[in-house]
Order: sequence, then C-alpha cells, then structure tokens
Amino acid sequence: MTFKEIAHAIMASSAADETEVVYRRHDESLTRFANNHIHQNVTETDHEIAVRCVSGSRSGIAVSNIVHPENLRRLAHLALELAKQQPENPDFKGLPGPSLIVETRAFDRAAAECSPAYRAKGVGVVCRQASEAGYNAAGSMTTGTTMVGVANSKGVFGQYESTLVDASTVVMSSTSSGWAQSSGWRLDSVDWEHLAEEAIRKARMGENPRDCDPGDYTVILDHYATADLLEMMGMDGMSALAFQEERSWLNGRLGERILAENVTILDDGHDDAGIPIPFDEEGQPKHVVPIVAAGVCSGMVHDSYTAGRQPGAVSTGHATSLSPTERPGPLPRNLFMRGGTSNIDEMIASTKNGLYITRFWYTRTVHPRDVVVTGMTRDGTFLVRDGEIAGPVKSMRFTQSYLAALANTLAIGSACKTVRNENAVFHVPAVQLERFRFTGATK
Amino acid sequence: MKQLAQRAMDTATSNGARYADIRIIESRNETASVKDGKVDSSGDFESLGFGIRVLVGDAWGFASSADVTEEAIDRAAVRAVEIARASALVPGKPVDLGAPIKSTGSYITPIEIDPFSIGIEIKLGLLLDADRIIRRNPRVKVSEGRVISARHRKTFANSEGALLEQTTYESGGFIAATAVNGNEIQVRSYPDAFGCQGTAGWEYIVNKRFTDNAERIASEAVELLSADVCPSGETALILGSSQLALQIHESCGHPTELDRVYGTEAAFAGRSFLTTDKLGALQYGSRLVNLTADSVEPTGLGTFGWDDEGVPASRTPLVSEGEFTGYLMTRETATQLGRQTNGCMRADGWNRIPLIRMTNVSLAPGTWALDDLIADTADGIYMETNRSWSIDDMRLNFQFGTEIGYEIKNGKKTRLLRNCTYAGMTPEFWNSCDAICNEKEWQLWGTPNCGKGEPMQVMGTGHGAAPARFRNVRVGVFR
Repeated sequence: MTFKEIAHAIMASSAADETEVVYRRHDESLTRFANNHIHQNVTETDHEIAVRCVSGSRSGIAVSNIVHPENLRRLAHLALELAKQQPENPDFKGLPGPSLIVETRAFDRAAAECSPAYRAKGVGVVCRQASEAGYNAAGSMTTGTTMVGVANSKGVFGQYESTLVDASTVVMSSTSSGWAQSSGWRLDSVDWEHLAEEAIRKARMGENPRDCDPGDYTVILDHYATADLLEMMGMDGMSALAFQEERSWLNGRLGERILAENVTILDDGHDDAGIPIPFDEEGQPKHVVPIVAAGVCSGMVHDSYTAGRQPGAVSTGHATSLSPTERPGPLPRNLFMRGGTSNIDEMIASTKNGLYITRFWYTRTVHPRDVVVTGMTRDGTFLVRDGEIAGPVKSMRFTQSYLAALANTLAIGSACKTVRNENAVFHVPAVQLERFRFTGATK
Repeated sequence: MKQLAQRAMDTATSNGARYADIRIIESRNETASVKDGKVDSSGDFESLGFGIRVLVGDAWGFASSADVTEEAIDRAAVRAVEIARASALVPGKPVDLGAPIKSTGSYITPIEIDPFSIGIEIKLGLLLDADRIIRRNPRVKVSEGRVISARHRKTFANSEGALLEQTTYESGGFIAATAVNGNEIQVRSYPDAFGCQGTAGWEYIVNKRFTDNAERIASEAVELLSADVCPSGETALILGSSQLALQIHESCGHPTELDRVYGTEAAFAGRSFLTTDKLGALQYGSRLVNLTADSVEPTGLGTFGWDDEGVPASRTPLVSEGEFTGYLMTRETATQLGRQTNGCMRADGWNRIPLIRMTNVSLAPGTWALDDLIADTADGIYMETNRSWSIDDMRLNFQFGTEIGYEIKNGKKTRLLRNCTYAGMTPEFWNSCDAICNEKEWQLWGTPNCGKGEPMQVMGTGHGAAPARFRNVRVGVFR
C-alpha cells in the first residue's frame, strides 16, 4: 500500500474528532569494522504507522509495523479507545492544520542504491592504510533511505524521501587514537582516503601521551567537540517544553547577550549542508529558528502542543516522533553554528597555555540551567604552549558550563563540517574558547 | 513461525552459510504517562519482524525485514549471505563458534498479573493519584509519572538444530517531582531516575507503591533547593542501592564485556581496561566485592530462558573476593578466550544483530545493617538516586552525580546536600570498598536504557546491590 492509501484507509475507519497518520519507512545498511576487518554487516527494512486519534482534548496513540487493512482499522479504533479513557487535557488544542511546505532536497540515488560491496571497498581503504601504518582501525559506514509521510483530518498531507550517509573511524596505536567522521546525504559526502588520513595523523600525533594536570585551560575544539556543545545545549533547553517547565538555559535569558558576540546558533532544516527535511512529525513546515544571534538568546523550537500553551507562539516544525518510552517534546535536529574567520592553525598560534581537543565523550548534564556538563576528551588531546603543539596528553575529564565557555569565545573557524549522531545533525566550525575547566585526569 | 524459521535456515545454508540463526519477534509496548495532572501520553506500540544472521566462511552477514512471509524470508536469507560475502572483502581471523547449540524448549516470564489485562484507565489513575499528591506541594514546578508494559514473543532457531520459543514480560515506571527556584533546579525520582523496570507483571508496579512515596519526593525536591551544596574534598562515601546499581553497570558491567576487550566496540561504545592479561591477575576490588552475571534471578531485566544464541540462562562470577575472574561472553568471543560462553548475547529487537550485553550484573550482599554502617561512619556523605553519569571509553575514569545526599557526622545523617557529585578511577574505587550492607538492604534494579552498538541498540539490564561504603572518595567535583 502507498502512504496515501494507508492514510485514506485509516481516516475512513476512524470515528475520532481528529485523526493523524504518520508513516515512516526506512531501508538502512551498516558495515562495521574493527581490528582492520569487517566484523558486522547488517541491513534492515522496516516501516511504522503511527495513528493519533483525538476525542475532545484527549489523544491516544497506536503504532504498528503491520500494514494490512484490518490492522489499520484496528489501530484507528485502539488509538481512539486510548484517548477516550483519559481525562480532558485543556493544554491540548487539537491537531495542527496545513501550512505551506517548502520542498527540500536530500535524496541521492547513489546513496539509496549503495551496495555492501561499495561500503566494504570504502572501509577497506582505512583498514589497509591503518594496517600499513601499524595501527588498528575501527568504525562504520551507514547508508540508508527514509520515507516519511504525514496526513491528518484537518488537511495536512505531505511526504518526502531522504538519504543518509555517515562514516566514522577511530584509528589506534598502543598508546593513542585518532578520530574522523563525515556525514551527509550524498554518497560522495564520504571521502575514505581523507578520513583515513585525518584519523591516522591524529593517532600518530597522539602517541606516548603524558599526564596533564587538571585546571583551567584555553581550548581549541575540533568540529567534533563543537558539535557536542550544540548537542548538549539543544538537549538542555532549546525546546519550548524545557522552557515552559523552567529547566531551560534560556529561562530568564531571552533577549540577553550571554554568549560571545561572534556566536550565532540556529536550527535550519532547509540548508542542504546538513540533512534537510521539509516538515516535522506533525506535518508542520520547518522554520529556521535562531537560538542565539550574535551572542543574544533569541528563540526556541516548538511543536503544536508547546505553541498551544504559549500565547503568540506557533509551531516551528520541530515535533518529534512518537516513542514507547519517552515524550521529549520538540527538539532541534538540524543545528548550525555560523563559521567565523579563523582556522585551527591560527587558534593554536594564538594560544599561550591550552589544549587542542579532537572530541568529547560520554558527556552528561550536571546542571541544566547553566548547561554544566561533565565528560572526557578522547581520540587526541594535545597540550598547546606558546603558540605550538607541545605534545599529546592523556584524556582529561572536564566539568564546565558550556554557556560560560562560549561566553568567552576567542575565535571561530571559517570551515564548517557536518557530523551526525543519534540525536541530530550538526554543521559546525572549530572554536577557540578562553577558559575551560578540567576536573580530572587519567593517570 | 517454526516453519518459517526452518525455511530461513534451509535457504541460508543452501546458499553457502556454514552457520545461520533467525529470530522472529513480535513485541508490544504500552505506555501511560502523566505530567502536571494531565495525560502526557497514552500509547500502544507493536512491532513484528525477523532477523537472519549468517556465517559464510569466516564473515558475518545479517538481514532483517518487517515482512514476515516465506518470500521475504527467502530474500533476507539470500541477502544476508550476499552481505557476508561482502564482509569477506575485508577479512579477519577465523571464526570458531565452539560446540554446537541445539537447545529446544520454551520459556515464559513468571508473572502474577498480565500487565495487558489492566486497562489503561487504571494505569493512568495510579499515576494521576501520585501526581495529585506531588502537586499538593505548591513549590513543585513539574510533576510526572510513567508506567510501561511490554511483551516480547520470540522464536529462535539455528542451523545446528536449536528451536526455542520465549515470551518475556516487562513492567516498570517511575514518578518524579521537579522544583525550581531561580537558576536552581532539583529533581527527586522514585523508585529511581530511569523508570525502574523488571521482567514481571503488573504486580511489579503495584508493589512499588508510587502514591506512598509521592509526598516524600515532592518535599525532598523542594528542600533540596535551599540545601547546602555538597562540600568538596575526600571522604567516606556511602552509596544507596540504586546509585550503586548504576556504578556497577558502568564500572563493572561494561568493562567485563568481552567484545569491548577485543576491540569491536572501539569506535562507538569504547574499549575496556580489563584486558585478558588481567583475568585472574587483577585485584579489581576489595575482598568484600563479589560480582556475578546472572540471567536467572527473578524479575531481573536481564532474565530470560536462553540468550540470542540459544545458550541457557546461568549465573557466573565476574569478580570473586575482589579478584577479576570472568567476562560477559558469546560463543565466538568465549571460544577465542578458550572458555565456554555464559550466554550474554542479546539483541534489541528483530532488526538488530545480537551483541554482548549485560544480563543482571549484581554485587553480592555483605553483612551490615544500613543504620549500623552509618553509625560506624565518623565523617562522610550518603548519596542516593542517580542524576548524571559519565565514564571514559576504557571504563576507568568516572564521575557521577546524585539527586540527593546527606552529610554524615559522628555516625549520624545530618544536613541535606544538593548537587552531589563524586569521581574516581574504577579499581581504586572498588578496592576502597570496606563495607556492604546485608541482604535485607539488597535490591534488584532494572536499567532500561543501556545504549551500545551500531546501529544503536537500547537494552534492559538488571543490577542488584545493597548500600556500600567506599573510603577516601573525591566528592563535590561540581560546586
């Protein structure tokens, strides 16, 4: 059945006041390697139909991956029954109506048709180069296609198809490691020769690291570490739900300059430097949402529920998919930090006593209102003294307010890179931050 | 299902697989959640599909589909073999799975009340009652709660003759209160911060007595707003049972996963400091520390009949009187080590390949009553209920935060402490353990959100622990 047929069948059988159908189909393959060989190679084809039925101000959700007419009718009935067994929720203002959708382009036929042999050839490059260098490579390459369709009884109807390409590797010596990652929607987003070179260079630079004392350092963050700043800030408060529940770092700070003037952060679902999507899980068009404009707290992302609770607010197209285990509310999924005019070499040259960091690892919020985060550095941490790299150091633990760190942004790189993880896609530059607090070291 | 499973094995082996297995899984999850006196979400989620894993020569392939038909099974079996052949383009070492697994039988989680026999209105009513009690405290900003019911019906077969039917049930949930004052935000959760789950029926949720604990967590969240910040320094630390469960998860469970040791998680979940040269040679903890991997303990989130290679559930030591003695293993990794698998192969659904996952990794109880342990502590801090957690990729350097803490002075719990944190290095920390409470204080916790693997898999694991004391721990890292 096509999405249109599925949506029609559900709408026709629903007795609810309002009905919404979200269809998601994905075909994703992943080739994983370690110890310079492929150890896992998988492919998955799945689809999911999520039905939301509204009765008064109550809504119930039924989700299944079984597509046949009888089950579609059952889902419509079940979702309505779940709604009817609830008390009314005056905060829920009903399903959103249709809005103009601007198409996005994020489908690459070569990525959609990528074969396991092609992925094997790519990962073979890094395995071979790592082996020749006497190193050990691990990593993965993912290629896939996702089709999403959203329809509701108020006239919303839209569908899109996009592709995903993601490759990453960690290359290890006995005392060091180096990381490289590349993400996008075109198959040519990934240049394995370049990835191998980047990771091997970091692993080589990092051999025989020494201890480094905890304390405050100027830091130069590679793109991967910058992405973590945005990810944690996104999780801790770019959502209107977090703001309404007063757990956001934006609470009490809207309109205030809290970050350095050279920092601009926005969510942009249209820019094809990321992985664009035209609308969210409620079929609402993606707005470009400035979160921080020239250091000033500017806005947050909404879905229809949070917009309905806040006078004057509208959905910005950031509803998230329905999950059996969580309801996170709206989230930024396409985060961009505007590039500056510097580069990593200049940042190192201007640093008297600092650390050059490849990426952060296992970062967790300690205090959400100030985005205080703890985590480790990983896959290449280097001491910078008097404008030069003085050598590698062991991984360090930090406990730092990301807001305070970005308030003292000294320089921003002009080159931006796209990296993706389970939560979002980031398009970010390298940055130089004046002060970053390290609270522990690995001896 | 059995005929489909057999068909998959026949197709895979006739196309060149020297080993194959299939899992056909039907899952159902029902959630009910409330927030601030309103229903936040009420949903029913079902999923049906299968995954076929094949070994061709020494290369693995895996293909899965939601289309459970003979034609789709044939296509997936052939595709899995093709993928394995592509894997062989970047070959590794020979794969030895050890002795064949020919298990047959069936398993059903022992439950008292089928969680799907309880209407959603009853589940929502339970949560709304607790929510109402929390909101009686006017300084609570957000009150919330959730219950989850799950059932997984799984058929497993392999090309060696194994054929298994398992039905597992899971139940769990939590309530929480959030208080805010200016820039300060404090949360108290019950039973823990992760929505404690177990393999059990509705009785598991009823026995948690949410409404009996609602007023307490509301009061504690509000009191924490004006509590003193956890002091900085080195002191004796007593961890409550649920926080210790997460400490075990992160600093014992994960580093004993043998796939980490062998490097296959290096690029994502990380590696382990517990390399094979340390097996039987490292004093991981003090002589009081005994840790086991257990998939038979009733209600554990890591409890089942057989793992996803058809290996029967078991209980095996990981740390015995402080000495590091065992790993979490699969057929392939155990054979590589010269041991027998202890059945730790688990997958997050039909569309994911099984990996080494924790079952129930638990700390054996000691001899102390908690009151006596506190009375025996001249100067220290008691911390309970996780708030943040972070550990390095080798599972050595950790830092945890808890929702609540109390200073201990001269054998008594004294002032309330907020924003409690502690940090350390795994072996030093466990070697500093000088007291563990007795079995009356021991609880089995369920952690439903353990992430590992690519594509990401989320697995439920169990951890039993009684409160324990650790000496000279660095606390108050964040002030």
